[in-house]
Amino acid sequence: MTRMFGEPVTRVEDDRLLRGHGAYLDDLGHDALACAFVRSPHAHADVLDVDVTGALDVDGLVAIYTYEDLPGRLAEPLPLLIPHPALTHGRTQYALARGVVNHVGEPVVMVVARDRYLAEDAAERIIVTYRPLPAVVGIPAARAAEHLVHPDVPGNVAANLVQAVGDVESALAGAAHLLELDLSIERSASTPMEGRGVLARWDPESHRLRMWTSTQTSTGVRAAVAAKLGLALVDVDVITPDVGGGFGVKIMHPWPEELLAPWAAMLLGRPVKFVEDRREHFISSAHERAQQHHVRVGFDNDGHVLGLDVRFWHDHGAYIPYGLIVPIITSTQLLGPYKPGAYRVEFDSLYTNTLMVTPYRGAGRPQGVFVMERTMDAIAAFLGLDRALVRERNFIRPDEMPYDHGLMFQDGRPLIYDSGDYPASLEKLKKLVGWDEFEHVRDAARADGRRVGIGLACYVEGTGVGPYEGGHVVVETTGKVKVATGLTTQGQGHQTVFAQIVADELGVPMADVEVVTGDTRRFGYAVGTFASRAAVMSGSAIALAARAARAKALKVAAEALEVDAGDLEIVDGIVRVVGSPGAAISLGTVAVLSNPLRYAFDDAAKAATQFAVGDVSKPPVAEDDEPGVEGRGFFSPMQSTFASGMHAVVVETDPDTAEIKILRYCVVHDCGRLINPRIVEGQIHGGVAQGVGGALYERMVYDEAGQLQNASFMDFLMPYVSEVPERVEIDHLETPSPLNPLGIKGAGEAGVIPGAAAIASAIQDAEGFAITAMPISPSDLFELRRRHERAARANGGSHERSTAE
Amino acid sequence: MKPPPFGYARPESVSEALSTLASLGPDGKVLAGGQSLLPLLSMRLAAPHHLVDVNRLAELSYVTVDADRVRVGALARHSRVLADAPAQAAQPLLAQALRLVAHATIRNRGTTVGSIVHADPSGEMTAVLSLLGGWVLVASSSGRRTVAAGEFFLGPLESAVRPGELAIEACFPVLPAGAGTAFVEVARRHGDYAVCGVAALVEVDDDGGVRTARAAYLSVAPTPLVLDLTADVGASGDFANGAASARERVDPEADIHATADYRRHLAGVLTERALRDAYRAALGRR
Amino acid sequence: MTEEQLHDVRLTVNGAAHQVRVPARRLLSDCLRHDVRLTGTHVGCEHGVCGACTVLVDGTPARSCLILAVTADGLDITTVEGLTEADGSLSPVQQAFEDCHGLQCGFCTPGFLTTITAGLRRKPDPTEAEAREMIGGNLCRCTGYQNIVRSVLRAAEIARARGSGS
Repeated sequence: MTRMFGEPVTRVEDDRLLRGHGAYLDDLGHDALACAFVRSPHAHADVLDVDVTGALDVDGLVAIYTYEDLPGRLAEPLPLLIPHPALTHGRTQYALARGVVNHVGEPVVMVVARDRYLAEDAAERIIVTYRPLPAVVGIPAARAAEHLVHPDVPGNVAANLVQAVGDVESALAGAAHLLELDLSIERSASTPMEGRGVLARWDPESHRLRMWTSTQTSTGVRAAVAAKLGLALVDVDVITPDVGGGFGVKIMHPWPEELLAPWAAMLLGRPVKFVEDRREHFISSAHERAQQHHVRVGFDNDGHVLGLDVRFWHDHGAYIPYGLIVPIITSTQLLGPYKPGAYRVEFDSLYTNTLMVTPYRGAGRPQGVFVMERTMDAIAAFLGLDRALVRERNFIRPDEMPYDHGLMFQDGRPLIYDSGDYPASLEKLKKLVGWDEFEHVRDAARADGRRVGIGLACYVEGTGVGPYEGGHVVVETTGKVKVATGLTTQGQGHQTVFAQIVADELGVPMADVEVVTGDTRRFGYAVGTFASRAAVMSGSAIALAARAARAKALKVAAEALEVDAGDLEIVDGIVRVVGSPGAAISLGTVAVLSNPLRYAFDDAAKAATQFAVGDVSKPPVAEDDEPGVEGRGFFSPMQSTFASGMHAVVVETDPDTAEIKILRYCVVHDCGRLINPRIVEGQIHGGVAQGVGGALYERMVYDEAGQLQNASFMDFLMPYVSEVPERVEIDHLETPSPLNPLGIKGAGEAGVIPGAAAIASAIQDAEGFAITAMPISPSDLFELRRRHERAARANGGSHERSTAE
Repeated sequence: MKPPPFGYARPESVSEALSTLASLGPDGKVLAGGQSLLPLLSMRLAAPHHLVDVNRLAELSYVTVDADRVRVGALARHSRVLADAPAQAAQPLLAQALRLVAHATIRNRGTTVGSIVHADPSGEMTAVLSLLGGWVLVASSSGRRTVAAGEFFLGPLESAVRPGELAIEACFPVLPAGAGTAFVEVARRHGDYAVCGVAALVEVDDDGGVRTARAAYLSVAPTPLVLDLTADVGASGDFANGAASARERVDPEADIHATADYRRHLAGVLTERALRDAYRAALGRR
Repeated sequence: MTEEQLHDVRLTVNGAAHQVRVPARRLLSDCLRHDVRLTGTHVGCEHGVCGACTVLVDGTPARSCLILAVTADGLDITTVEGLTEADGSLSPVQQAFEDCHGLQCGFCTPGFLTTITAGLRRKPDPTEAEAREMIGGNLCRCTGYQNIVRSVLRAAEIARARGSGS
């Protein structure tokens, strides 16, 4: 039997999806009522009055709700999901605005109607009277704090957090060289192709709520909904349908709509569905990325970093329900594969009158990597050293693993790298992209009047964060194996990858294994899909569950065959004695045997009756045993396991139009052992596209009044095929993780994390001046060129390669 | 994002369409390709009382090449015009520009006349009509009138078509021998509206000297801008000088995608490229 | 407020006749999904940019979110559900996506499948550049497009091997 782990198996999800038989949220609930919302057109305003009279005679209107209608716990602010001691001024929104709105798009009034067209008609006729207040937009305005987003949050500072290792001031003072850099990354967002959606059905007869939501955490939603609506957890089912992408934005929960739709369903006695449109996604889901950094770095003549001081400001929007996860990840993952001597990082997490910030693939790492890698390039430029060499000199060595940075990571646990071989990764990357030979490429291009440059960037990613995930494996009497885990799927191929694991662990054909994810009816304990954790966490838990099921199957079979369990193997779903083909039972039959309630209801059961009934001196089910062939496993690691990677990019910039083209994109990637190489490669491709998007195209543009200028796909520039590199060249390294039974690490975010940094590095190499802000458009590059030309002329015509602003 | 309610008529003939439009007056809005109108309706940025759907008027889906003009009927989709070999041969600028209009799927429904009536200063076909000195045939129940390109574009998204009228045909002069065209643009993503675009037409003498040089611009003015660069280019073909002149004469605005200075710079760069390409094409068509 | 006027619309969808009564403003995308109950066509933006809603109208790709159902009266529509072979097996384009891991979440996929099906009918043997141009107007957030380009070329290969045109 072929081993499945490590095979590029075709996905089991595909046949159904390719036929158009996917079941995404809006494909469900054709009988449901529809919702629309009146959302604030102002970034900051008092809500003075809501006049619904104009909407009342809209055909098909069913109900209109405002804050005043919300009962009990639903009228409280939405949960602050991840508290932290430093988060001293956490503020979350109300499910419907209570007297004040703090960003364009905040929901004020909920309309329920026969269909979405009519709901929008009614919403349009509702007149809300606002008194606009000054809007705080952008980090400089938030810091200046001339106006406040929340009147009781001084300086617009939700949190200030310092982490430090060693004495950075002495290190900087004693260093041979010191550089200061100012760096910034602009706001972007996950923008999956499918927006958010919720469908709620309330059954008054059984007093149970059944919900579907396009989420990354069905258990999270379930807990929040039960708490806010006063329901017992056992009376709430949350089912994750097919999800058209998440990329982080759908880990946030509960959305106001996730509470209001089920509440309305209970009140109205009818199923209620909310499906957001694209504009709503832009103005009422969540964004990420915007940060400004000030770096001071001290280094010696060889480029060793002796002290690194990072001060940054994180724009988290109007509310902070997801806590400080993003800036904490920036703070810690900024270090990458390096050991910088003394390190101090301090951030302020700031409120602005814009959409709230929650994690987007990378979750603060792209910003941290951008900062660290620009700093490395700056050091190299200052010393006239090769950029790869400077990095190499600062790497943590493989023999220093596990490496304790002395900091606290986003999971509340110490930042200790468990494994990784950074020098080997760099060697692979240099070879892949032709780093050492690039000078010739650059010279040949220059002779042709072309401008090319090469860049690189390295990152380390803590994956597989806890607290835990669980898995359940049961063999049915048909021989089919049913697997469940509580976390969710948004295109990662979990149904395939987890089946590969079970097929190997249990010894069954993949075709006999069916996996369900994200359904609280099938598995009720889970955290969710985020932070590149699903394969590590659920993969490991499912492996453990499968092993438990296997052990049970062997025990039952051993008794039936009157042999030792140690003499048995399971191959293609048949339990047999090793080396003796005659004595065998199918797993299905074992499942029948395992359950002493043994009616011969089918052929398998009939076949089972040829065996002995069991020892009449013992009870049918032993004291420490249970019926059935099933296993439940939970995996809860001591800490995250650290994947890593490096990207190298070759760009060409047009001397006239300043257009930027990626000529080559190379990835070296270490996510431990690969369950399905094709799926990992797909994840990298997708991440790279988002990295390119974030480097060259995507930014949320708010004007001074807090209006989002590009709330559509026309003006928020997600890449088409024409904007991504024609090829992504990938080489893998596998340093297995010592921290889980499968030796794997997370792979979901790898492609996006160093994109902006690598591309900035390459553009800088092509142009000869520092790139310190992302994204960069041709217009930005044109303006930078002019600024540097002017500065060069002012300096008497000398063309200095300055890399510090 | 769903459209607001509207009345709907779907005439089966041009005369029916005209009488319907006449009776509706300012309440009527023509629906042809819908690629520009539908997003406006869905975003509720427009709320016309009554749509007059002209998609049944098959008699208007023609692309005809006359001796001196290419005539494009109101219902000719961009893709139909782009694929029309005789039209391409008679006036190459049509295909050069149409290739850059959005993406193929949009071109399958969008109509060339519709995009001209939409009067978007970032639209390729408005620049083409302006550069070539084309005109639009506008019909109503009281007759027909011809509006030259120079009088057709009144402002951003505002054309000379009045309530109750239907633009039934756009005419593009054919390209004479010894003339060449080119269309170059820079867009943020392939298929996006141009950050700056230039359509150029150059006529040469038998000896290859430049006789005329004209360029039309996208996205640098509220209406299509046409510049006569003949004097700046000169008979010797000093396209760099033509570019410099263009740079001085355009007055673009900034937006979230580009600064005004960058647009101005591009206008220069693309003018030079477009003039050069058009010149080369002209040499080949002597 | 009075109810909206409804219009009779006859659509042929994947070869089957459907009759619906809808307001004039009903988008074809919503009509297909909620009136005809073929939910394979997805809605990603409703402003014509993402391409997830692309169907074939008389064999030609079109954004169903930019067409009114009433405009589509009498027209021949093919959705993703209509792409499978007569015997129920996957078409060359669908098979290619499965072979090449051309989809992850699958939400944008129907729009690509219809677009590519029509594209390969017109150009059965595309170069890589032509394959890119063919999918140039569809957005995908998951795959980064690499495997979708491969799928186009693989689909052409499969179609050639099967000896059929598409």
